[in-house]
Amino acid sequence: MPASRPAKILLVLLFLALLATPLALKRLAARREVGKSKMDTASALARYGLFFQEVAKSSGVDFVHQAPTLDHKLDHIMPQVASMGAGASIVDFDRDGWQDIYLTNSGEGSLNRLYRNQGDGTFTDVAGNLGIADLNQPGTGVSMGAVWGDYDNDGYEDLFVYKWGRPQLFHNDGGKHFTNVTEAAALPKWVNANTAIWFDYDGDGLLDLFIGGYYSEDIDLWHLKTTRMMPESFEYAKNGGRKYLYHNLGAGKFEEVSAKLGINSRRWALAAAAADLRGSGHQDLFVANDYGVSELYFNDGQQFHEVGEQTGVGFAPKSGMTAAFGDVLNRGEYAVYVSNISEDGVLIQGNNLWIPREGTTGDGQRYDNLSRALGVEMGGWSWGMQFGDLNNDGELDIYLTNGYVSADRSKSYWYDFSKVAGGNSSIIGDAANWPAMEGRSLSGYQQKRVWLNDGAGKFNEVAQAVGATDTYDGRAVALVDLWNRGVLDVVVTNQRGPLLIYKNTVSPENNWIDFELEGTASNRSALGAEVKLFWNGRQQVQTVSGGSGFCAENQRRLHFGLGKTAQVEKAVIRWPSGKVQTIDNASVGHINKIKEPS
Amino acid sequence: MTQLTGEPLTNSATAVPDVPARRKLRFDNRYVAPLFITVILLVGHLSYGILESYQKTALAIAVAIIAELILGRIFFGKWLNLASAYITGISVGILVRSPAYWPYALCSLISIMSKYVLRVKGRHIWNPSNFGIAVLLFLAPETMAVLSIQWGNNYWSLLVIWILGSIIIWRARRFHISATYVVSFFLFAFLRSWITGDPWQAEVAPITGPMYQLFVFFMITDPKTTVRSRTGQCLVAFGVALAEFFLRLDQVVYAPIFALFFVGPAANLVEIWWDSRKTTVATADG
Repeated sequence: MPASRPAKILLVLLFLALLATPLALKRLAARREVGKSKMDTASALARYGLFFQEVAKSSGVDFVHQAPTLDHKLDHIMPQVASMGAGASIVDFDRDGWQDIYLTNSGEGSLNRLYRNQGDGTFTDVAGNLGIADLNQPGTGVSMGAVWGDYDNDGYEDLFVYKWGRPQLFHNDGGKHFTNVTEAAALPKWVNANTAIWFDYDGDGLLDLFIGGYYSEDIDLWHLKTTRMMPESFEYAKNGGRKYLYHNLGAGKFEEVSAKLGINSRRWALAAAAADLRGSGHQDLFVANDYGVSELYFNDGQQFHEVGEQTGVGFAPKSGMTAAFGDVLNRGEYAVYVSNISEDGVLIQGNNLWIPREGTTGDGQRYDNLSRALGVEMGGWSWGMQFGDLNNDGELDIYLTNGYVSADRSKSYWYDFSKVAGGNSSIIGDAANWPAMEGRSLSGYQQKRVWLNDGAGKFNEVAQAVGATDTYDGRAVALVDLWNRGVLDVVVTNQRGPLLIYKNTVSPENNWIDFELEGTASNRSALGAEVKLFWNGRQQVQTVSGGSGFCAENQRRLHFGLGKTAQVEKAVIRWPSGKVQTIDNASVGHINKIKEPS
Repeated sequence: MTQLTGEPLTNSATAVPDVPARRKLRFDNRYVAPLFITVILLVGHLSYGILESYQKTALAIAVAIIAELILGRIFFGKWLNLASAYITGISVGILVRSPAYWPYALCSLISIMSKYVLRVKGRHIWNPSNFGIAVLLFLAPETMAVLSIQWGNNYWSLLVIWILGSIIIWRARRFHISATYVVSFFLFAFLRSWITGDPWQAEVAPITGPMYQLFVFFMITDPKTTVRSRTGQCLVAFGVALAEFFLRLDQVVYAPIFALFFVGPAANLVEIWWDSRKTTVATADG
């Protein structure tokens, strides 16, 4: 080589420096984590403005999720397959002003629960008395999740339970009882569904129902004709369950219109959420799929158009497990969060935070994944999450749960999992080809994430510091003000684990305002209505949702933190009917109950 | 022909008389491999969207090419042919999976620099991209992984790539290397299945994925980072499969990457030592 000796020495030094770069980055990241370990309440409040205390048992909630036992042909990988079903949805089913909790169970013969909020800090299970507990009898499948929506506009939220099995629709009879109306509604006989949402896609004032299939609906997981029922690919699978869109015809009748309106996917749906993403006046539909790309359906009022790839959200295939909307930059527009899988050294998908690209609107809307830049990318084997202002500082934060199979701590199934996941469809698609799990863990015992939005383009992870310290296999996350204190508490279900209620204590100097909407021309649940709040030169938009996250539904009420500001300028409500209402005198520190003007 | 991460494979057997007119029309064999891998990339991406993003792949290629240009100029005093650097860059762009940009740039840079730094008696001993990827897997497992999924859901893409790749490495007279490895892999897969009790399909599954196609056609056939004799090349390929066998029994996810990382340089060092010994003996005899 003609190069001089100093040049060679310099090259070697540079090479060594490059090799040291990842270690240096790791050390820097570790330094940033210092001080985020467990804290006492006072320290966490002073530093982060909130603290969680787990209170499920002391509040009378003793729910422990049970997993199903599927066909014995799946015994060798049962924990991996029977890994879902712990759903949570929030409702005030009896309109007493206190938020109640409905939980799905999945063991054969196990009971779902409806924990009625007594208003005194305790809860009582009333599901059995009301006729919505015993939904997991052998032969009918088992529950995966539930969503509430007042499909007949009688003022009481009705219940839809989706299952790996026969879905069930219950009419709420004035908060006193529930009547099973599945037959009359003409719902499908069997769907292996892991997501469903209520939304009024055509704006006719009647709630419609989207159901997302996971396994094909031809499969009875308890009586398998073949073991070829797994995804045909880890990232390109299209052999999942079909999708259903039930148009509400009124009088308890529904018509299935998915294909007619352009929804034909057979991807493996795990989560769905709807909102008017483009300000078009129509609810767009986002579907997060396992084993493939996400799908985004723009709704023009007549048809749905799948624009995932065009908009950017459906480009890179991952393992979508949650979908939720949040105005994380306080720009008056929705970002979309999708959880995926990350396991050090094996699979680094990273979660996605899709932010609307500036300068793009309408049909030209584009999204950029800024999860890394904003610091909300790595969440382990991520499942449910929700956006919410957890410390009332005026910025939307994120609560995310995770963990797949927590079994033997010392043995991992990841090697065998990755071996088969990379195989051809003929191999990965047959459960018989999958090595036995033999009690091994797969991304188990993971630490949860509480990402606090600093309002300056960064989220800080503080879960351990603020008391979210469990390591169960988390599934659904639902945010709700359980004690009407003007804070968001967190309800977390865990696969084969106990329900957790993280009671939130928030720094008292931060103010808040809530909105409880009731539609008149619009659907009475006001699903799809959005409130854009303006205060202290800031703005934030939120929408009333009929299901979001993973197998979850938040409280109907919209909760805004305001920071130290004690008043708001105005709240602009856009109702699904198209009406726009401006509220100039909204009351800070109160629940503002707004009825759609006639 | 070429390897995915090192030098373009060339085939002296297919050389034709150096007639100027024909020279103009003739396709330089050095570009067969870059072209092949580009076709794989485009087909894979346009069919199945295999890339993490265009930008990340472009970044990996750009960094590799710029590094090669600069280092080649400094250390060899000339502008080097960029086919090798392109292959290294595109390999990194395909194989590295990370939500971040920096692993793509760093991996490419480390890969190219390894050719200039890790040399013994004038030869670089690691396949560049194998070195870069293995090092980053070891140093930054929380940030990057390696492509480990399949191109798609059917056998056609698989078949096309295997046939096309086989033809190209056959022309380059390196088919025996890939064939030895593939046969050895299958034998060891069945042996592992017998030992562990896992279905043989599970043991065979990895080789049906794209990582192995790149590994088999480009990495282990790298002329500059494998030995020269035909028998030696077959032995090295078998050695890689053997090392991978043990790593897999130890449940190492990226067993082939690490197997080549250890076996390739070891074989080269043996050959270098053997060559120098022969030279010494010949000098002494002379």
